[in-house]
Amino acid sequence: MKVLKDLLYTKDHEWVKVEGNKAYIGITDYAQHALGNIVFVELPEADETFGEGDEFAVIESVKAASDAYMPITCKILAVNEALDDEPSLLNEDAFENWLVKVEISDESELDSLMTPEAYEAFCNEEA
Amino acid sequence: METTENLKRTPLYEAHVALGAKMVPFAGWEMPIEYTGLVDEHTAVREQAGLFDVSHMGEVDVKGPEALKFVDYLVSNDVTALVDNQVLYTHMCYEDGGTVDDLLVYRFNQEHFYLVINASNIDKDYAWMLKVAEPFNAQVVNVSDAVAEVAIQGPVAEKILQKLTETDLSEIAFFYCKRDVLVDGIPCLVSRTGYTGEDGFEVYAAPEHITQVWNRILEVGKEEGIKPAALGCRDTLRFEVALPLYGNELGPDISPLEAGLGMFVKLEAGDFVGKAALVNQKENGLSKKIVGFEMTENGIPRHGYEVLVGGEIVGHVTTGYFSPSTGKTVGLALIKNGLTEMGSEIEIQIRKKTKKAIVVAKRFYKKSYKK
Repeated sequence: MKVLKDLLYTKDHEWVKVEGNKAYIGITDYAQHALGNIVFVELPEADETFGEGDEFAVIESVKAASDAYMPITCKILAVNEALDDEPSLLNEDAFENWLVKVEISDESELDSLMTPEAYEAFCNEEA
Repeated sequence: METTENLKRTPLYEAHVALGAKMVPFAGWEMPIEYTGLVDEHTAVREQAGLFDVSHMGEVDVKGPEALKFVDYLVSNDVTALVDNQVLYTHMCYEDGGTVDDLLVYRFNQEHFYLVINASNIDKDYAWMLKVAEPFNAQVVNVSDAVAEVAIQGPVAEKILQKLTETDLSEIAFFYCKRDVLVDGIPCLVSRTGYTGEDGFEVYAAPEHITQVWNRILEVGKEEGIKPAALGCRDTLRFEVALPLYGNELGPDISPLEAGLGMFVKLEAGDFVGKAALVNQKENGLSKKIVGFEMTENGIPRHGYEVLVGGEIVGHVTTGYFSPSTGKTVGLALIKNGLTEMGSEIEIQIRKKTKKAIVVAKRFYKKSYKK
């Protein structure tokens, strides 16, 4: 299982890469592995706003549909359209292939996210 | 959601855990959902071979002077047409034509039959059988706990299993069986049957011997590329060749005719439970029917999603998948009759959006039985 050092994480296995008041959000390597072969990704529209914990995307493996939850309150700036044609990119590299780019509404919410070390420990407990 | 408490385990539970399987609750059992991955296992079954633990299935032994008469009355297919060691796919129906279960009927001889039923229906089916059997001179015994079962499926299944037995497996024809076949020295009931659309065998043995059979098949099949295969791909494999799953394409409110399984219903043969209702359905037309469909817009249809035509709900998806063998996103749906013509446009409600699909033939992938 891969955990990147410069990201923040959630217990629902999303990652957040902060760049100023913007961020990229995706699912983790642990998540893509648990889901198996990903065959469809449903993403939100630009300008939609989400609260912390809201369902914002659906990741579908052959077996089932799973929700992805928004780690922070934000507004969608862009979605990764490459995933429309090639959802399996998430299996190839879940960190390289972000789901959405967002504008962060409240930077203090970042404090409640997990550090890479905490997330790695969390995953080891779950496994 | 079921919890793992009070779940039954098959005799192969330890073997699954040793293979690194992901275990899930299924029909009251703790079963493997995948080992190396659903698509990997699916592809192995289509191209080489896969080995399934199906010990959760139920088995009912029927013996007695009126065994034949009873079983023929119990199910909608023609049991009188069977010869010894032949196997039949059929349905038990309620008086109203709804389906109690789909099952395999093994005829050992005219006074001894063996019925194989779905795990989730064992208690219900057994109670139903006892009730239907009352007027007949036949003993009906649920032997499910005394029987374990594995299924070896795929184009090289015969080649692999043949390594473990002196019995010439090529002599067991499609939907026939042989009893007391020694597999690695273990007495087994072996039938050329399955639930994947591929050639292969189902192998029944005593629970205390099944782990040996399982391990040896995986061992000797290694060079042919056999893989353990779990419930995840069992469902995608059966779905691609339009084999029904009870609870999806069949149920108390879905008759075998509505499921499109009329070829297994013999209305011209003897009497059986539900016959009058099925004759009526056939003569007066079906109100609903299972159809195949293919998505023409992005989205995965799942069990239970609504089907719409012109904004009106006309039915629901019974099974849907991105099909690993065809690369297409397809489904089966139960919809109002009259809307079922090939090429008809329908819509599937996928979460908040409706996505377009067209009605297509149900067999998404061609079966490769050895007949």
